[in-house]
Amino acid sequence: MGKKHASEQIAKWIFTVFAIVAIVAVCSITVYMIKIGTPALFEVGVIDLLFGTEWKPTADEPAFGIFYVILTSIFGTAAALLIGVPIGILTAVFLAEIGNKKLVNIVQPAVELLAAVPSVIYGLLGIMILKPVMYQMELAIYKDSPDHQFTGGANFLSAIIVLAIMILPTVINISTSSIRAVQPAIKSASLALGATKIQTIFQVVLPAAKSGIMTAVVLGMGRALGEAMAINLVAGGSVNLPLPFNSVRFLTTAIVGEMSYSSGLHRQVLFTIGLVLFAFILLTNIILTRIIKKGETE
Amino acid sequence: MNHSICRKKVRISDFIMYGLIYLCAAISVLLIAGIIVYVFWNGFDKINWEFLTTTTSFLEDTVGIAGNILNTIYIIVLTMLIATPIGVGAAIYLNEYAKPGKLVKLIELATETLSGIPSIIFGLFGMMFFGTTLGLNYSILTGTLTLTLMVLPLITRNTQEALKTVPNGYRQGAIGLGAGKWYMIRTILLPSSMPGIITGVILAIGRIGGESAALLYTAGSSDLLPATVKGYLDKIFQSGGTLTIQLYLSASKGEFDVAFGVAVVLLIIVLGINFATKLLAKKFDVNRMS
Repeated sequence: MGKKHASEQIAKWIFTVFAIVAIVAVCSITVYMIKIGTPALFEVGVIDLLFGTEWKPTADEPAFGIFYVILTSIFGTAAALLIGVPIGILTAVFLAEIGNKKLVNIVQPAVELLAAVPSVIYGLLGIMILKPVMYQMELAIYKDSPDHQFTGGANFLSAIIVLAIMILPTVINISTSSIRAVQPAIKSASLALGATKIQTIFQVVLPAAKSGIMTAVVLGMGRALGEAMAINLVAGGSVNLPLPFNSVRFLTTAIVGEMSYSSGLHRQVLFTIGLVLFAFILLTNIILTRIIKKGETE
Repeated sequence: MNHSICRKKVRISDFIMYGLIYLCAAISVLLIAGIIVYVFWNGFDKINWEFLTTTTSFLEDTVGIAGNILNTIYIIVLTMLIATPIGVGAAIYLNEYAKPGKLVKLIELATETLSGIPSIIFGLFGMMFFGTTLGLNYSILTGTLTLTLMVLPLITRNTQEALKTVPNGYRQGAIGLGAGKWYMIRTILLPSSMPGIITGVILAIGRIGGESAALLYTAGSSDLLPATVKGYLDKIFQSGGTLTIQLYLSASKGEFDVAFGVAVVLLIIVLGINFATKLLAKKFDVNRMS
């Protein structure tokens, strides 16, 4: 009996330790990001680093301003959401309310597969399909302006389109389940009052699923902020203002692009960029928990 | 007639919305169909026996991804060996042992946060902590440990979901017959929730197979095959690029033949994994019905 008791105790302890691994991981990642990210912040100066617009890491008098990089990530994410969220929500409406079973059985697996495609494949297709189209547009729009730096199609707009596609599955999946969770009674009530199906969906169902849809948007935001490899292949990579046909650099692509050959202070600044990205992600996480909490109390 | 309540007013705005909704639903289908057709169209003829079984070498004039395939298998197997017990164990603790309280909330918050951290941050952390501080450098092991943290939430959550579907009567029955808690978990709970656990594991394998940002600066990019039997063991401590890393490097270097070849292999893996999870989900449902 005593032996059996011992194995019961050991099992309990092992499971407890395994459960705490997640806490240890999050704490050590946070501590490490702060530890490796702050030295450059003080060496370059907080204002010069975060709000400087000049990026010359390897010049004789190096400048490490990442303001444009931060702007690119913010506006790139916002633009991707602007395209991806409406498409995502309408697709979710289709899956949960409009589509008949046959069509849903085609669209649903398509969305699942879209989520499973490795991000580098999106990047590869961006190079092969988007870049040539963008280059033609660029040639047509800027043919009379000699000041424009031609990017060959690797620009902010290409990156936004790739990001918008990549956040679609996240937005669709979570919106769909929150729309499906809306009580059928309020739908019937609206229909019984004479509202059409479309009126019911947009004025009754979607407002009722608001917190779930907000969750979907914020999760999509996190996904877009953190995507690195796919957009690194199509964004061009120069530090520029985020204008549609500029070659740009995101927070994520700044790290991927220069980590392999950077050293010294340059490398430390890349860590700081990582810290800035991490801060943005934690911020979205806080917003997320707020939304979920609010949704539960309502 | 015009005033009949049976005559519905036709709303143009309704028609427009229906059109938009169908259009948006079509976008996802067209996107995935386009991706699959385009990749297979451009890459299928790049796949041959030589491509799959040799490494790229100027001396022997071969182009191949055997080294990358081996590295991918190494990383998947090692990561799952470490992450599965930890993830399943954590779920068992949360569902079966823990009493609701601060610790459980904290663990769940940590798991949530972990699943929201982008892979590039995992990559940075892995490079600095496992690579530099622990001295593992660019190696398969560094990549494995980094990815373990990344897929942990996936396994924990799927196992938790599966454990929740096991009826409470099973637990009470076993305990009532005199079984210890660990004995009950081992013989009743784990077998009943096996399909859910396996689904989590397969999803994690898919995530690892498609991962690139977390691996580039942890596992590195070597595409060589070990020359000796001992080399296969040492490989764990050496740099090794997976298929996705090879695809990324080939695409950025403009070697699109290799890139599309790898893309086809990856898509086949993705489709296979999707099929396997579907099959499991079906089996899971049948189990619950009976």
